[in-house]
Amino acid sequence: MGQKATLTSSGVPIGTRKARAVAKPVNQLEKVIIRFAGDSGDGMQLTGDRFTHETASFGNDLSTLPDFPAEIRAPAGTVHGVSAFQLQFADHAISTPGDAADVLVAMNPAALRSNLHHVRRGGHLIVNSDEFTPRAVAKVGYETDPLTDDSLESYVLHSVSLTTLTVEALKGFAITKKEAQRAKNMFALGLLSWLYSRGTEGTRDFLKAKFGRKPEILAANLAAFEAGWAYGETTEDFAVHYAVRPATMAPGVYRNITGNAALAYGLIAASELSGLPLFLGSYPITPASDILHELSRHKEFGVRTLQLEDEIAGIGAALGASYGGALAVTTTSGPGIALKSETIGLAVAVELPLLVINVQRGGPSTGLPTKTEQADLLQAMFGRNGESPVPIVAPQSGSDCFDAAIEAARIALTYRTPVFLLSDGYLANGSEPWRVPDVESLPDLHVEFATEPNHTLDDGTEVFWPFKRDPETLARPWAIPGTPGLEHRIGGIEKADGTGDISYDPDNHDLMVRTRQAKVDGIAATIPALDVDDPDGDAKVLVLGWGSTHGPISAACGIIRSEGGKVAQAHLRHLNPFPANTGDVLRAYDRVLIPEMNLGQLSMLLRATFLVDARGYNQVRGLPFQATELADQIRELL
Amino acid sequence: MTIDLSTASALSLVPKAADPQSAKEFKTDQEVRWCPGCGDYAILAAVQSFLPELGVRRENIAFISGIGCSSRFPYYVDTYGMHSIHGRAPAIATGLSTTRPDLTVWVVTGDGDALSIGGNHFLHALRRNVNIKILLFNNRIYGLTKGQYSPTSEAGKVTKSTPMGSIDYPFNPISVALGAEASFVARTIDSDRKHMTEVLRAAAAHEGSALVEIYQNCNIFNDGAWESLKDVDVRDDNLIRIEHGQPVRFGTDGQKGVARREDGVLHIVDDVADCEGDCLWVHDAHAAEPSTAFALSRLADFDTLENTAIGIFRDVRRPVYDQLLEEQVERAAAKGRGDLASLIAGKDTWTVTD
Repeated sequence: MGQKATLTSSGVPIGTRKARAVAKPVNQLEKVIIRFAGDSGDGMQLTGDRFTHETASFGNDLSTLPDFPAEIRAPAGTVHGVSAFQLQFADHAISTPGDAADVLVAMNPAALRSNLHHVRRGGHLIVNSDEFTPRAVAKVGYETDPLTDDSLESYVLHSVSLTTLTVEALKGFAITKKEAQRAKNMFALGLLSWLYSRGTEGTRDFLKAKFGRKPEILAANLAAFEAGWAYGETTEDFAVHYAVRPATMAPGVYRNITGNAALAYGLIAASELSGLPLFLGSYPITPASDILHELSRHKEFGVRTLQLEDEIAGIGAALGASYGGALAVTTTSGPGIALKSETIGLAVAVELPLLVINVQRGGPSTGLPTKTEQADLLQAMFGRNGESPVPIVAPQSGSDCFDAAIEAARIALTYRTPVFLLSDGYLANGSEPWRVPDVESLPDLHVEFATEPNHTLDDGTEVFWPFKRDPETLARPWAIPGTPGLEHRIGGIEKADGTGDISYDPDNHDLMVRTRQAKVDGIAATIPALDVDDPDGDAKVLVLGWGSTHGPISAACGIIRSEGGKVAQAHLRHLNPFPANTGDVLRAYDRVLIPEMNLGQLSMLLRATFLVDARGYNQVRGLPFQATELADQIRELL
Repeated sequence: MTIDLSTASALSLVPKAADPQSAKEFKTDQEVRWCPGCGDYAILAAVQSFLPELGVRRENIAFISGIGCSSRFPYYVDTYGMHSIHGRAPAIATGLSTTRPDLTVWVVTGDGDALSIGGNHFLHALRRNVNIKILLFNNRIYGLTKGQYSPTSEAGKVTKSTPMGSIDYPFNPISVALGAEASFVARTIDSDRKHMTEVLRAAAAHEGSALVEIYQNCNIFNDGAWESLKDVDVRDDNLIRIEHGQPVRFGTDGQKGVARREDGVLHIVDDVADCEGDCLWVHDAHAAEPSTAFALSRLADFDTLENTAIGIFRDVRRPVYDQLLEEQVERAAAKGRGDLASLIAGKDTWTVTD
């Protein structure tokens, strides 16, 4: 665990509590990876989330990975009902939730069984021994009790009667035994908060807000949290506790944020920056629903959110709102995109701005609703009938979803086109510290609607031509209903260049298809060049990624460089079109590795477009890459 | 009683035209491409003649259509318009209407477009009571794809895709709309311009969604589908013209009528002279409860078209989706317009200094 020094607890901020017992020594660590695992009903996501907030407030850099099943409450005590939350925090910059955990909190045998392989040898196991009944142990396939059969001797095992201790601590409270038992996650949180010297005020405030109307439940949860902390201080089971100093981060105001929240804020920001009202047409789907939830809470910005009857209506309503002059958005995941494809095609044809947000999950079909994947890139590129080019933007981290949403809006509004934003389940639910940007520094997205005729006929008549384009961007004018004199009709039938009248003319169709493609290709002129991180400038190997693999790739390159290896890293934010220098970058390296959570979709595009021998490293396990395994792949190419 | 649209509250948010308009102003320069003799021509002419009555600015009218012969309609009306994709017009119109209260939004659709591929959107737009007016051209056939049976085709119908006769049971669009608790439901016929205009007027004056089913003849693939409602020799025996507040009577000399049994079921009285006292049912389009309107829609025989009611089945006030949404937005903003910097910072921040 990278021990550096031993201090006494008096030197470490542990909130406002006074030590009751003899102060235990404090080991200073550089980084820690904790994994909480329990039944879906055990409150592990909440526990992890609270620990994360205290950690963020303390100033560590951090990254999280919620890892939960699609079922809301699978049968208790079963492996498929286990919900886990992994968190890495450090005194330096980190980019992933970490590979192997230093500590696993396992609330039952199923959680231990399904998560032990995520723990490094020598790591700590904090296990709720109350749940290890012969029956529960047998239910998940253990032949003997793992807590007593020495099978865990490679780990530091802490068998803690979490349930019993919690119920004991809550004697005298006016709550049921079941309610007392349910507070065991707060006991565990208290224990972990003590073990890693986390603050407690945030959690107290959180509980007060959550249970303010139920004073008994509030008091019980606070008491359980306290009892967990006190247990750590007094039990002989834990000889030391740990601290991780705040990370050195650029000056500024920080907050912790998930990808879905950052994306929702980015959309509101784009609305404010463009001066256009935000409209969301959506339908609930995991893991995108939280964007709908967040935006529906912000009508004070004039945001209108409609939960429609299906995915098709979601995007249909959004396109209708766009026609009316709104900044229109639809949010979904891969299966929803399949249903929206026809309307995306219509948006391509009528050339209206539209943000199509795909929070990708494992596929095909229903696939893995709560797990991450990047396998919808080619769907975004090609998943429509006809030549139907759509620009694609992908955020590289949770907080980057904010900037990516603004960039997607910029492209949509400037070029009058639907734009794909490809997030994924890992970015959506994982959280990280975010340096909150100065609103003044955000780009101006102001749009001019058409208000005047834009064409003079041979006889001198001034007319409005809805498909007469801006010569630079090839964008058509956006004339919204209510604008006098510019009445016009648009539709999915091919339109004559300029006038927009229905046209079946062969040459016109050829021209329009090529023009729509040229418009999207032309976006490359306004996007930044692909930036390569090649510290010495003489690396032979380039690792190129897109989307949420940025964290693991960065960590893997860090490992290689710390060993003295030379590797260059680049990450694509724009997948269609690619930055103008992409081909040059690819050709500048002897070997190019492209890690993707799919079977090689970006590799296919790059190989086809630039005729380079890019190699894929591909996994579709529903989980982000581990930095160490990526580093192994890079090492092989050095 | 003719409705005066100049004072209709349903149009109160739509800017008024400065000068009186003519039907000619609503014609576009596009060549109309329906088959000669198509019932759509009559509907187009009726709508173009009616639109000046709205008294609103031309640029504040939008026609949204789906796919099918009827859905070419927007190209021929000089307002804003979108010819969209199959079945989706109500969804697109919902987005436009809910973001632009200053527009009057009309959907043009057909029996296949609205009831087959777009059935879901049709139902939900009516259920929500979005402020859109849906004109459903029902010709009981797929015309643009050259003659397959539609969801309103009669059972047993022989078409290109049903050479041995359709085994589908047809929808009754009025019953479907009433089942979705649509707040305005009416039926009219392409050949009766006066009746159609009256129904359009009432639809325009209605706050919330309005469904107007228009029986329309496809003279190429289903010619004469509604003939027994048009033929002067038989139509009066088949057609029941319902009017709010009037006893329901029909037949050549008004000798037939509709009465309600004690158990609530409507039935036909062949000779009103046999009807004791005031046994005839007096149509109440404003009844909150839609069951009797539904029963009126069920009188028709879908094969012979006997006892087919036209007119306004239901016209009730219920909260309009657009207004409810607008009120929520206004209520949220009343507490103070959102501040972007505070939003993105949230409530739990920490500061890192040099």
